[in-house]
Amino acid sequence: MSGARRALILHAGVVAALFALNFLLPAYHHGNLARIMVLASYAIGFNLLLGYTGLLSLGHAMFFAAGMYGMGLSMRYLGFTPGPAFLAGLAAGAAVSLAVGVLALRTAGVAFMIVTLMFAQAAYLVILLAGRFTRGDEGFVIRQAERVFLGVDLSDPGNRYLAALLLFAACMFLMLRLIGLPSGRVLVAIRENEERARLLGYDTFAHKLYAVVVSGTISAAAGAAYGLLFGYVGATFASVQYSILPLLWVLLGGAGTLIGPLIGTALMFYLIDLSSGLTSAYMLIAGVVLVLITLFAPQGLGGELRRRLWPWLP
Amino acid sequence: MSSAILSTRALSKSFGGLRAVQEVDFELPEGEIRALIGPNGAGKTTFVSMLIGRLEPSAGSVVFKGADVTGLPAHARVALGMAYTFQITSIFARLSVEENVALAARRRLGRDRAAVAAEVDRALGEVGLGPRKGQVAGDLSYGHQRLLEIAMGLAQRPRLLILDEPTQGLAESEIADFQRLIRALSEETTILLIEHNMSVVRALADRVTVLNFGEVLAEGTPAEIHANLAVQAAYLGTG
Repeated sequence: MSGARRALILHAGVVAALFALNFLLPAYHHGNLARIMVLASYAIGFNLLLGYTGLLSLGHAMFFAAGMYGMGLSMRYLGFTPGPAFLAGLAAGAAVSLAVGVLALRTAGVAFMIVTLMFAQAAYLVILLAGRFTRGDEGFVIRQAERVFLGVDLSDPGNRYLAALLLFAACMFLMLRLIGLPSGRVLVAIRENEERARLLGYDTFAHKLYAVVVSGTISAAAGAAYGLLFGYVGATFASVQYSILPLLWVLLGGAGTLIGPLIGTALMFYLIDLSSGLTSAYMLIAGVVLVLITLFAPQGLGGELRRRLWPWLP
Repeated sequence: MSSAILSTRALSKSFGGLRAVQEVDFELPEGEIRALIGPNGAGKTTFVSMLIGRLEPSAGSVVFKGADVTGLPAHARVALGMAYTFQITSIFARLSVEENVALAARRRLGRDRAAVAAEVDRALGEVGLGPRKGQVAGDLSYGHQRLLEIAMGLAQRPRLLILDEPTQGLAESEIADFQRLIRALSEETTILLIEHNMSVVRALADRVTVLNFGEVLAEGTPAEIHANLAVQAAYLGTG
């Protein structure tokens, strides 16, 4: 069986397993997993840039927040229903990532990290300063009555879970497709050796910009979905913490693997969930686990799977 | 000259106060194998870096296939038909040999998987790396990595192939294979070769251009250059 076929079967199996869990999990974990799937979609967007293109952004929270606020503000002030509001979130994410990409990609390496971090801080401050519209730190709630999409109440736990699964599966299979395309192979080439890729005749700037926009738009989709499914839009999601989290999820799960974002997000979520029940210094436990992973599985858990078991893992 | 595939006019490059290349006028007729030689620090790599677009010239112009390409970025020049192999081996070390060459072929052939696969097989076959297609490129021996570089050049089907010290670090037997390969290749493409190994230059080159202190010191057939006293002086450091 070819690697591509195996990969398709594996990832379809993951989606099927997640679907089955909808009926099996107790309410608490059911709610958690819905959240994890939305956040893992965010990590998938981040992974396109870090894992497949080799660009480390420290400002992805601005794309997540662009989706969330694009959705939330258009509902609050323009009376959009969930469908158009979600699309408004996507459009906001695409526009912000295009603008940031054009400017930030003039730099590389550490400078790129700093520039994206600064842009994200600026975006966070804008949200706070525009508190009259965004309600700043406090944020605003999207009422249950507004969260009905095509007759489906997205605040219902079952529907919410399935919507989260739909988003996650769409992001994952979109990514599987994108990295298989010639343009996706060029991104990997840029990650491995940008100068060589340029001298094979590829416009590396255009390819990197494409990666930033797709990555930012997927992150925005996750942000918009998060606001819709959990009924809250707030500035916390634009803070630096939400730029660092996807980095940790992806490193833990395996940068440059399709399955890594889900593994990393779920692991980190439960690590914090369980350890915060034991001690108030729960981030210490998370930190130790991250150090151990870096020492013993530097390519993350997905990377280890690829190295030890499944060399065909995309 | 209308048959020149590549020419430069007063091409110059300064790094701060150092004038690495000074007003070089250069013409390369289509179909020729031209060797570019000169002592260390003569400006050879700087000169070809300006040809391919890795470095921006301080002054002067580069004309390729009749069009001024001085303002074009490297990737656009490659798209026009130039190809460049690096002096220090530059491959995608963590990707397979096959994917390395496929990346070179895909820019031209796009999504046509069958055509890309055929081109990969052809290019790897020509350099004799066919059986190593599935290996990780970084695991190849040094000599094989040099050959992979050349296969990546071939897969682009360039009109002009610039080889920067391709035989550096190769064994004698590998050099003989390399010469056969370049001769076969010169049927379809123009070749500009930076080379230190004078026996390779004598065996391959139609003409030789000698750079010294960033200027063209001499130009002629390998025999003429061999007999040229100024060239000998430049290499020996006398005169």
